[in-house]
Amino acid sequence: MNHLPLIIKREYLAKVKNKSFILMTFLSPLFIVALLSLIAYLTSVNNEKVRTISVLDESGILSEAFISSDQILYESLNGMDLEDAKTTSNSNKAYGLLHVPDLALEDVSEKIKFYSKESPSLSLISSLESKIEKRIGELKLKKMGVDLSKISASKTYVNINQEDFEGVKTSKAGSFLKLIFGAAAGYLLFMFIIIYGNLIMRSVIEEKSSRIIEVIISSVKPIQLMLGKIFGTSLAGITQFAIWVILIAILSFAASNFFGIDLSANPQQEMMTAAVSDVNANSELQALIAELHSLPLINLIVAFVLFFVGGYLLYSSLYAAIGAAVDNETDTQQFLMPVVILLVVGFYVGFFTALEDPHGTISVVFSYIPFTSPIVMLIRIPFGVPIWEQILSLSVLIFSFLVTVWIAAKIYRVGILMHGKKPSYKDLIKWLKY
Amino acid sequence: MNNILEAKNISKKFGEFQALSDVSIQIKKHSIFGLLGPNGAGKTTLLRIINQITMPDNGQVILDGKPLSPDDIRYIGYLPEERGLYKSMKVGEQALYLAQLKGLSYGEAKKRLNYWFDKFEIGDWWGKKVQELSKGMAQKIQFIVTVLHQPKLLIFDEPFSGFDPINANLIKDQILQLRAEGATVIFSTHRMESVEELCDHIALIHQSKKILDGNLNDIKRNHKTNTFEVGLSSTNSAHLKRQISSRFDVSLADFKSLEDDLKLNIQLGAGDTPNDLLAFLNTNAQINHFVEVIPTANDIFIQTVKNN
Repeated sequence: MNHLPLIIKREYLAKVKNKSFILMTFLSPLFIVALLSLIAYLTSVNNEKVRTISVLDESGILSEAFISSDQILYESLNGMDLEDAKTTSNSNKAYGLLHVPDLALEDVSEKIKFYSKESPSLSLISSLESKIEKRIGELKLKKMGVDLSKISASKTYVNINQEDFEGVKTSKAGSFLKLIFGAAAGYLLFMFIIIYGNLIMRSVIEEKSSRIIEVIISSVKPIQLMLGKIFGTSLAGITQFAIWVILIAILSFAASNFFGIDLSANPQQEMMTAAVSDVNANSELQALIAELHSLPLINLIVAFVLFFVGGYLLYSSLYAAIGAAVDNETDTQQFLMPVVILLVVGFYVGFFTALEDPHGTISVVFSYIPFTSPIVMLIRIPFGVPIWEQILSLSVLIFSFLVTVWIAAKIYRVGILMHGKKPSYKDLIKWLKY
Repeated sequence: MNNILEAKNISKKFGEFQALSDVSIQIKKHSIFGLLGPNGAGKTTLLRIINQITMPDNGQVILDGKPLSPDDIRYIGYLPEERGLYKSMKVGEQALYLAQLKGLSYGEAKKRLNYWFDKFEIGDWWGKKVQELSKGMAQKIQFIVTVLHQPKLLIFDEPFSGFDPINANLIKDQILQLRAEGATVIFSTHRMESVEELCDHIALIHQSKKILDGNLNDIKRNHKTNTFEVGLSSTNSAHLKRQISSRFDVSLADFKSLEDDLKLNIQLGAGDTPNDLLAFLNTNAQINHFVEVIPTANDIFIQTVKNN
C-alpha cells in the first residue's frame, strides 16, 4: 500500500499548524522589513545631517578646493590666528578645524592638521586628503608650466566590451547580474537546508521520544515514513518561503509608501547602481536588458530546480538519519558537525572561489563533489557551464543521493527503535549490517 | 488451516547479539496465545518480525497459510510495548490518520471511530490534543487504533501497563469479546495473573530460545506433582503428623484458615490416588480443607527459567 501522500499530508499539516511555525512565518518578514526600514531611516538621517568644517588656510592656496556640498559646509576662518580659530570652531559646534599653515607649496603637504573634538571619521579624512592632494597636484603642474586643460582633455575612460567566441556579448553589469543570480540561488539553498533540515531532524526525534514510531512503522515502511517526512517538511518550507517573499514585498512597498523610507538604499542596490553608473548609463542599461535576455534562462531555471531539489534531498536524508540515531537534540552535535562542515565548505567555495573565478580548477572540482556541488554549481551556472558538465555533476549528485538515502534509511530503520544509549559512529556502521 | 500464524525456525542476530535462535511457534485460530519470557529474552524481536518491522535472518512467517507479505499489515493489529501518540496532534485527527495508514478509508475510519468513542464514552476527547490526556486516556486511544481495522490477528505487548484496575478490566473484556468475534490474540506480558486468566496456550522464550510451548492446561498437568494441600483438625496433631509422614511425603503448608491445627502439603506416591489419601486421612482426623496443588503460570515460569 502506498501511504506516501497520507504521510506527506500529515507532516505538512503538522508543521503548518504548529504555533511557532506560524509565528515565524508572519513575524520574520515584519522583523526583516522593520530592520531594513530602520537602517534605511538611520542612513537617511545620517546623510541629511550637515557637517560644518572650519578651514583656516594661512597659505591661501587651497581654499578653492573646498566647495560646500549638501553634506559638508566649509566655513572659512581666514585671518584669525590658530588659537582663535580653534576656539571659534569649537564654540560654533563645527565638526572640526582644518589648518593649512603658511608654507611653500612643496612643504605644506606634511604640515596640514585637522583639529576636532571627537576623532573624525576615516572617510571624511580621506576625502579631505584627496581634495588637497588634487589641488596641490594641480598647482604643482601649473607651476611647472603644464596646461591643465590639455590634461583634462587627455583623460580617457575605457569600458572593455566583452564578447565570447560565439559572439555573445557580456558586460560588467551583466557579470554583476550573474553574480546576483548565482549568489541568491546558492544562498537560498544553503538557508533552506539549514532551516528545514533541522526541522526534519527534530520531527524524527519527536516521533522517537513520543514512542509513536513503532505504531507507525507497523503500518508503513520506514523509508516511506522518512521520505514522507522529508517531502512534507519541504512543502511546508516552500509555503513558508513563499509567504515570506510575498509579505516582504508587500511590507516593503507599504513601508516605502507610507513612511517614505527608501528601502532601495541598501548596499547591494548601491553596488548594482555603482556598477551600472560606472560607465555610460544609457547604453549600459540597454546592454543590461540584452544581458538579461541572453542569460540562458531556461537552463538556469531547470538547473536551479534540479540542483536545489537534489542538494536539499541529499542533506535532508542525512538530517533524518541523524534524528533517528539519537534520543534528544543535545546528542545530535557529534553527528551534525560533519554535515555542517560539508555545507559550509560548499558555501565558502561557492561564495569566495566560484564567484571570483567560476571556471577555475577549485570551482570546477567542487562543482562535482556531491555535497558541495549543489551550491557551487548553482553559482557557476549563470557564468556559463556546458550542459554536459551540468548533467555529469547532476548524475553524480543523484547517484550519491540514492546511496545516501539507502544508508540513511538503514540507520533510520534501526535507529528509530533504539532508545537509551547514545550511539557512536561504530554503532552506526554496525547498524548498516542489521 | 487451523493455524492463523506459524513462525518457522526464526533466527535473528543483532551484530554479535543473538536475539532469537531457531524459534518456531504455531498459533491456533481464535485462541489467546501468551508469549512469555524474562526481560531481553527476545519476545519483542519476535513480535517485530511478525509485524515486518524487523526482518529475520533465517526462517519464515506464515499468516493464514501464506507467507507474510507487506500487504498483510491490514490483517494485523499491533499494540507495541513502547507506544505513544503525536503529542501536539488532536486525538480525532490522529486516530483517523493511524486508521488510514492501516488501509481504512476516511469515511469508514470515521464511522468506526465514532462507534468506539461512544463505546468507551470518550466522545468529548475528539478535539483535544494528546498532551492534555492522562497516560491511561492515551492508552485507550492506542487500544482503539489497534483494533479499529478489525484485524484477524491482534498482538498486544504488555497491554495493561498504565491502566488502573477498572480500565484494565475494560480492556480485558474487549479483548475477550474480540476473540469471541473471531480474532486471534497474541499476548506478551509479565503479569502472570492475566496469563492465567486469558491464555489458552503459552510459549516461553528464554535467552533467545523457546524453552516451553503448549496448551496452558497441558503444561500445568505436566508440571503438577500430585501434591495436595490439606487442613486437618485433631486432638493430637504431632502424633497425626508422624502418622501421615510414615505413609506419604509431607511438608508444612501455609494458607489462611479458621481452625485447622495441622496444615500440610502431601505428595502422593506412585500408584496412590487422591481417594487413597482421603480415605487414609478420613480415618485419622477431621478434614477441613483438601485441594490439589496446581502449579500457577508464575511457578511454571520461574521454575522453567531457573532450570534452563
